[in-house]
Amino acid sequence: MMIEALLEVKGVTKRFGGFTALDGVDFLVRPGERVGLIGPNGSGKSTLVNCIAGTLRNEEGSIRFEGEDICGHAAHRRIRMGLARSFQIPKPFASMTVLDNLCVPLLYAARKHEKLAPGRIVEEAVRILELVGLAGRAHAMSGGLTQVDMRKLELARAMAAKPKLLISDEAMAGLSASEVDDILALLFGLKEQGVAVIMIEHVMRAVMKFSERIAVLVAGRKIADGDPQAVVGNAEVVKAYLGE
Amino acid sequence: MSNKVFAFVALAVALALAAVTQLIPNEYFFTAAYTVLLFVILATAWNILGGYTGYVNFGSAAFFAIGAYTTVFFYNAFKAPLAVGIVAGTLVAGLAGLGLGYLTLRLRGVFFAIASLALAVVLYVFVVNWDYVGGARGAYVLQPREIPFGMPRYIHLIYSVQLLMAAFALVVARAIEKSTMGRGLAAIRDDELAAECSGVPTLRLKIFSTMVSCALMGMAGTTFPYYLSYIEPSSAFSLSYAVNSIAMPLIGGMMSWMGPLIGAVLLGTVQQVVQVTVSSAWNLLIVGVLLVLFVTLAPNGIMGWVDAWRRRKGR
Amino acid sequence: MEISTALLLNAIIAGLLLGGFYAAMSVGISISFGMLDVVNIAHPAFIILGSYIAYIVNDRFGFDPIVVSVVVSPLFFLLGMVLYRIYYVCFERRGQESLRGLAFFFGILFITEVALVLIFGVDYRMVSTRYGDVTWRAGAVDFPMRLAVPFLVSMTMVIGVQVFLTRTFFGRAVLAVAQDQLALRLMGVDPVRVKELAFALSIATAGVAGAFLIVIQPVQPAIGREFIGLVFAVCVLGGMGSILGTLLGAFVLGLAESFTSTFFGPSWAPAVSFGLLLATLAFRPSGLLGR
Ligand SMILES: Nc1ncnc2c1ncn2[C@@H]1O[C@H](COP(=O)(O)OP(=O)(O)OP(=O)(O)O)[C@@H](O)[C@H]1O
Ligand SMILES: [Mg+2]
Repeated sequence: MMIEALLEVKGVTKRFGGFTALDGVDFLVRPGERVGLIGPNGSGKSTLVNCIAGTLRNEEGSIRFEGEDICGHAAHRRIRMGLARSFQIPKPFASMTVLDNLCVPLLYAARKHEKLAPGRIVEEAVRILELVGLAGRAHAMSGGLTQVDMRKLELARAMAAKPKLLISDEAMAGLSASEVDDILALLFGLKEQGVAVIMIEHVMRAVMKFSERIAVLVAGRKIADGDPQAVVGNAEVVKAYLGE
Repeated sequence: MSNKVFAFVALAVALALAAVTQLIPNEYFFTAAYTVLLFVILATAWNILGGYTGYVNFGSAAFFAIGAYTTVFFYNAFKAPLAVGIVAGTLVAGLAGLGLGYLTLRLRGVFFAIASLALAVVLYVFVVNWDYVGGARGAYVLQPREIPFGMPRYIHLIYSVQLLMAAFALVVARAIEKSTMGRGLAAIRDDELAAECSGVPTLRLKIFSTMVSCALMGMAGTTFPYYLSYIEPSSAFSLSYAVNSIAMPLIGGMMSWMGPLIGAVLLGTVQQVVQVTVSSAWNLLIVGVLLVLFVTLAPNGIMGWVDAWRRRKGR
Repeated sequence: MEISTALLLNAIIAGLLLGGFYAAMSVGISISFGMLDVVNIAHPAFIILGSYIAYIVNDRFGFDPIVVSVVVSPLFFLLGMVLYRIYYVCFERRGQESLRGLAFFFGILFITEVALVLIFGVDYRMVSTRYGDVTWRAGAVDFPMRLAVPFLVSMTMVIGVQVFLTRTFFGRAVLAVAQDQLALRLMGVDPVRVKELAFALSIATAGVAGAFLIVIQPVQPAIGREFIGLVFAVCVLGGMGSILGTLLGAFVLGLAESFTSTFFGPSWAPAVSFGLLLATLAFRPSGLLGR
């Protein structure tokens, strides 16, 4: 029997005016799988994330999550179903403390599918902050964080939604080698809990180490999808990255 | 302090204030205090949408007038007592807010702001042309002869009612602020997209806070026809309401229920003094200048200073 | 029957003439709101300010108000530069434009209005021009010069702005500012500077439109507010940030108002623009020409 897909993207097309940012993309993630999504700048990775998460509407194609067609669902419904994403350009709730930032998804998303007593919200937020290494900044205003800390906060906030699938959009840009390893360990930890992860990253070392499978987007088309070693050896992929 | 305790305290304070001030012999106190309280309600109501959620409503005067004219309508139609006007006016204003929110809150925030401005003008023209509620000439609403609780004049009653309604508005605002919804609204204010992606049903929360905010503004207006026994469109739709309900929270501070209260009491009192000593045109100029000064130089208002001072002391 | 045809024709002509003038009032909003994303709700205040300056000079020296407004337009340009600088430093740079920036312009609108009331009172003011009372007749149709002269100058100004924006390097930079600031930076253009100058241009057009206004009708400080709905309605109706769309929106609005006054009475006219604005926002936010 086939293992049922957690996320199934079929023929998704997205246009901005006359420009086609995504062109018939198929993409599949199984429960608990770790997938890397790579591609040159402007190839449409973030656009794909936006279509999956519901912050953009795709013109064509279907997106299913746990078998349910979610194309018509607002973004908040998708995250409540267990589909969380981090933003490439951090979007903290600037007037709140770091801790309060996490309470928003804990209250509005995690509580919908996980029994969390009201008293345990803060406790849980602190636990997640410890995981990403932001516990020391818990009571700082999130608007005043450094870029690196903001990226960690993005990831933490996505985790706080208690997702089944977490999409991390370049959480590691600008991080030091040891910080990259910390985040990697964190994401590996999610796998233990059965959370599937899509990792979008330019840090190839991290992607190779993390992914069980890699998909490559170039100019809005998926040109390769499969075993990491095979994909990076693929002539077409090499050409796309190194140019003609 | 839990919501219940706060509600109890607010009610007790309002009742005590109403009782004690009855002894004040000066009639002018009640007229002036009524106006200040009216601003307290308007500012508190505006802040539920403006301060907590981050959406600017320029149409405060429209919702205030909806409340006022609903009272007039029920008075003309059924000789309904004030209490009916209060309930009906609050509901109608809330419904109008719901409608406006439903139509425009899906768009970018500025469109809501512009639409709220537009609504004020459309309603104004509508009322001017509606003879049943007096049209451009205005309408008389007679104050009842019998005044309960042995109060000497009707203004005493109106003032006391307004005091209770102000307490009610503060209780509502504070309850929203401290609730889960308050956190959702704050998330919308900070970053709507990130809020939606954190599971906050942004559209629903925005519409709800618009509705509550507009209903409370309407409530503030329901007693107004009785205040002077006479109402006409240009006083009910006075620009002063629109400006003050924005300026007061901005000057007092928009992050908590206390900011609009402080702003309204301060600014409202100053205006009452200026009105008597100079003229009401200067009044509006002062509010406008203070608004611009605060918004450019002290964006977090008076409460912002207090918070900063507290934080410094805490360290 | 004969009379009603004439009435209809006159309503159309008046609507078109009025529409041309509305385009002049709104072209600035199309630049600031439509292209620069600066929600300048104080725009009508500068129109009224323009009216009063034209009035003062006309009253004292008898100069033509429109000529005066063109001569003083550099002052409005400077005012616009200063205003945008303040707006940029206090709000845009801090990312606070949506709430506090809006409140700021609201305050400016308000201060201007009250200051004018304190100086000039609430009486209606008007200007005297040579063409003010002249009406040119073609059969049953009237062309009041009071409307026709502002119409012609308006058209010249609006088309001039359109040519400027599409044919010059600076104009293209303005059009690019909303879309792609990065590309501008790469070309060595400072987006803030571009916005500053474009905003200044929008205020300058407001000043000139103010002179048209006072030629067309008597002016009082508070009427500025009534034009907020109008300028935004035109801008949204025509689709944000398109000058040709603005022209179209202005004509639609001019006709709608002219018909309303003719057939329902002038007291309903102010509701037209705001009503159209509300309807557009609710049902067709991308404007008449939008997708
Ligand atoms: N809202 C938008 N409007 C118009 N074009 C857009 C929009 N968002 C993205 N694009 C365009 O779509 C293309 C894909 O962008 P996207 O952000 O998805 O790329 P990406 O793969 O995430 O790149 P990066 O690695 O730099 O993050 C780019 O050419 C971009 O300019
Ligand atoms: Mg990206």
